[in-house]
Amino acid sequence: MLKTFKTGGVHPEEYKLSGSSPISVLPLPEKVFIPVSQHLGAPAKVLVKKGDPVKAGQMIARGEAFISAHIHSSVSGKVSRIDEVTDPSGYRRMAVIIDVEGDEWEEHIDRSQEIVREITLDQKGIIQKINEMGIVGMGGATFPSHVKLMVPEGKKAEILIINGVECEPYLTSDHRLMLERGEEIMVGIRILMKGLGVTRAIIGIENNKPDAVNYMKSLAAGEDGIDVVPLKVKYPQGAEKQLIKALINREVPSGRLPIEVGAIVHNVGTAFAVYEAVQKNKPLFERVVTVTGKTVKNPSNFMVRIGTPVSHLISSAGGVLEETGKIIAGGPMMGKALTSLDVPVIKGTSGILLIRSDESRRVEQNTCIRCGRCISACPMGLEPWLLGKLISHQEYERAEKERIMDCMECGSCHFICPAGIPLLDWIRVGKSRVGQIIRSRGK
Amino acid sequence: MNDVVIYAVVSLSVIGVASAVILYFVAQKFKVFEDPAIDVVEKALPGANCGGCGYAGCRAFAEALVRSGKEKQTLEGLNCPVGGNPVMAEIARILGLEAEEKEPQIAVVRCNGTPANAPHKVAFEGATTCYFAHSLFAGESGCPYGCLGLGDCVAACIFDAIHMDPETGLPVVNDKCVACGACVDACPRNIIELRNKGKKDRRIYVCCVNQEKGGPARKNCSVACIGCGKCVKVCPFDAITMENNLAYIDFEKCKLCRKCVEECPTGAILEINFPPRKAAAQPGEGKPEKVPSEGVEKNENSNA
Amino acid sequence: MDALVVSGSPHVHADQSVKKVMYGVVYAMIPAMLVSIYFFGLGAVRVLLVSVIACMAVEYIIQKYLIRSEVTIFDGSAIITGVLLAFNVPGNLPTLILVIGAIVAIGVGKMSFGGLGKNVFNPALVGRVFLLISFPVQMTTWPVPKPLFAAAITDAITGPTPLGILKEGLAAGKTVQELMPQLPDYVGNLMTGYQGGCIGEVSALALIIGAAYMLIRRIITWHVPVSYLLSVVIFSGILWLSDPTMYVDPLFHLVTGGMMLGIFYMATDMVSSPMSPKGQIIFGAGCGIITILIRVFGAYPEGVSFAILIMNAFVPLIDRAFKPVRFGETVKR
Repeated sequence: MLKTFKTGGVHPEEYKLSGSSPISVLPLPEKVFIPVSQHLGAPAKVLVKKGDPVKAGQMIARGEAFISAHIHSSVSGKVSRIDEVTDPSGYRRMAVIIDVEGDEWEEHIDRSQEIVREITLDQKGIIQKINEMGIVGMGGATFPSHVKLMVPEGKKAEILIINGVECEPYLTSDHRLMLERGEEIMVGIRILMKGLGVTRAIIGIENNKPDAVNYMKSLAAGEDGIDVVPLKVKYPQGAEKQLIKALINREVPSGRLPIEVGAIVHNVGTAFAVYEAVQKNKPLFERVVTVTGKTVKNPSNFMVRIGTPVSHLISSAGGVLEETGKIIAGGPMMGKALTSLDVPVIKGTSGILLIRSDESRRVEQNTCIRCGRCISACPMGLEPWLLGKLISHQEYERAEKERIMDCMECGSCHFICPAGIPLLDWIRVGKSRVGQIIRSRGK
Repeated sequence: MNDVVIYAVVSLSVIGVASAVILYFVAQKFKVFEDPAIDVVEKALPGANCGGCGYAGCRAFAEALVRSGKEKQTLEGLNCPVGGNPVMAEIARILGLEAEEKEPQIAVVRCNGTPANAPHKVAFEGATTCYFAHSLFAGESGCPYGCLGLGDCVAACIFDAIHMDPETGLPVVNDKCVACGACVDACPRNIIELRNKGKKDRRIYVCCVNQEKGGPARKNCSVACIGCGKCVKVCPFDAITMENNLAYIDFEKCKLCRKCVEECPTGAILEINFPPRKAAAQPGEGKPEKVPSEGVEKNENSNA
Repeated sequence: MDALVVSGSPHVHADQSVKKVMYGVVYAMIPAMLVSIYFFGLGAVRVLLVSVIACMAVEYIIQKYLIRSEVTIFDGSAIITGVLLAFNVPGNLPTLILVIGAIVAIGVGKMSFGGLGKNVFNPALVGRVFLLISFPVQMTTWPVPKPLFAAAITDAITGPTPLGILKEGLAAGKTVQELMPQLPDYVGNLMTGYQGGCIGEVSALALIIGAAYMLIRRIITWHVPVSYLLSVVIFSGILWLSDPTMYVDPLFHLVTGGMMLGIFYMATDMVSSPMSPKGQIIFGAGCGIITILIRVFGAYPEGVSFAILIMNAFVPLIDRAFKPVRFGETVKR
């Protein structure tokens, strides 16, 4: 009997079109657009100015707040200008625009393919290194990773959970990374364990990727304290709280962080980035991006430099834009719809998904028939129909009592709703409004 | 049979009388003293309970008026935007005070991003509330300051004074507006402003709230304020200020001379309810015309 | 390329719609329709057609001329109400009475609350109960089931329902054992449908086949039917064990009257039943207990319709009181 989480969940069609195409290195674009706010938290402060020569790996913006991350140049060349560009948020935000010249990296980066297994840094050194190299959560939330390694006073980390679930349909970047860079990921996990000071780690992988499960299992066999657990396919298993529930059957209390139950969750992509940062001195300036969709001729997994425009990726994968009605950064369940093709790839972009024109529009909206499917789909045990109704009537206080802030915006409710009610849209409005009320109360 | 009827009538009557007696004494005992002036003042108010005065309703406002009148001998700072000057004068008379005259105001929508001026580049879909669309992206035209056209202001208005124009996709304010300010609060982009109605309903204002530099602003919308500053220079009354690449006309200082309207290179400054000019008699007064390009190009160059 | 569409996530959706759900219920009722036509012949065809057409017509007239909204008669919900109403009346009911039932069901039971999704009570049951109280004679005169296309129903040969026989017999002081010979062999006949009664009630087997279809297609969940069934079995079982001469066994209760129809098609009506699984179980249990109370101790031989209507009224309360289990609520370590 395979493990999974208990409450709610849905089963979207998987469409893992690019699962068998190996990671290929994308040719460099002519220009990169590197936003200074690619992570959760405060934007980083720009260190370069127009005309400056930069090398790949050079820090071009410093994250100064506690929750922030440094930004490094992903290419070598000249800073063309520092201006606002449209990023995946749909708004124009500050970015460093660099004209690419050659491909020169900072000298201290180890560019060899050799796997360095010995971890020389101590706990403090690891955290500092991860901070220096600008590592953020690669699963999409882009929370600065070094902050996650600093366990708050009075709490104790017991177990490291590595998220190789990739429960979003279409996306395969983590899948390919595990198959092709499994050994590096293992070292990365060791580093994270040392950084946290824990002796146990579990890698959770959904069993729709049997090759990855078997490969990781064979690698983990030689490692002490690292287990691989295959999981039954169910969305949203990749969500922190659901993954912890599925793997170690602990429930993170409402409104709290996973550390409350002694667990820390990191993505396999993050583990790989941590390996490169600590063992190879390589800042986070490239990542694996899946380019997929029914209108893409060759669904692919690319190793992409941060800041590469989405249009470059789409044309390299043979995307047919004429038949595309919607372009999404991330997966179809939680990704963001892009407003333009010039949007750059950022640290949290796990995939670019093209949706056919005829599928890009939502179904016609109908009245709620009280079928209750949203309730059985909600992994947090909420009542989305009620929350949607309360918010559209501006009943924010009641929505707060109905635990609207527990919603993690997985989209299961809107996915399953036969009446096509934009439940999550309303809940997002409500979360933002209720958040304002809570903050004003604290003052 | 008759007994039953009698019993029923008698017992019900007794219960009724007893209840009445109890209620009378209870009402006497728990009587709350209330200034009778509050009732009188409340009657004088429009009774719309719109909250435009900043109080929970007309009753609460009446209480505040009477309290202020009794304690401070003034009605300063208290104004019913719905009733306007006549109602405030009446209330002042009731309370034996002087009322201060206040210019009547109206809500003004400061965006002219019609599909013709600001072509849509993407199509939005989802919950029809501006608040949500604002959190999702910059807008169908790409202008991060412009009207999203989903009608949060219309939903907030209880006076039927603001409606969406299906052709322009922008809200239009009509005469029913009492300047209660509900739409101002509802707009997530602060596009709506309360401005003085002006003499003969004539108004001049900058119909744009875009704070981007000229280049990006013009890229999304042909009638955006590009922050060139020409209007500031031409204004003889120092009524126009420039902040964050955006001109603002102070309606207290503006004398409605219309010099800035002529000067504006993008047509971002609108004049409302003026007679057509002799020289450029264009139909559709107040609508921006074709944009002369000179000033724009200069501005873009200076930004680059 | 057209303008890109921008919307909030999720960007994919389960291939579902209100129409699909509603027509799924209609398909599930086809076996029972066929059986009723087999046993009651043209009378059943007439009742079904009149009821469905009348329901759709009433909805059309109200939407088009009274509330001037979009006309949605083809979303399937009016068809369901029509079929369920037909299932709940005798096969020889006069057309005019049936039309009155449709007007009450759609007009009062559904549209007066605001249409689909907003009605508190199951519309078909509102119509049925209205007819039962207004036209008791016509509503309780059952034609004897005859094989397909035998004689016209107007022959007025009527047979009482098993529940009716039992109720009158017990009231006359007889014991269950004395009455049993008069009752049909319920394990065989009742399951397949050779019993007097409303046209949709006759065959428990056909109804169960349709219910299985709905469960497999996930149109309904198991919560309401199972809790309803269990509460009927447990409650009537206790009574039966306490005195087998006065009370019949639980199986008899399950397969007679409108029990199967009520359990699988009317109590599970999603609009008028609770939303959360917990609430659905409470709802089903309440229906079961009230049904047996009415059947055993009430004046009417049949109590399914009343039980479901009574519990419908409690749905808003149940929805408030029985919330789903929130994730992270029970903190255990």
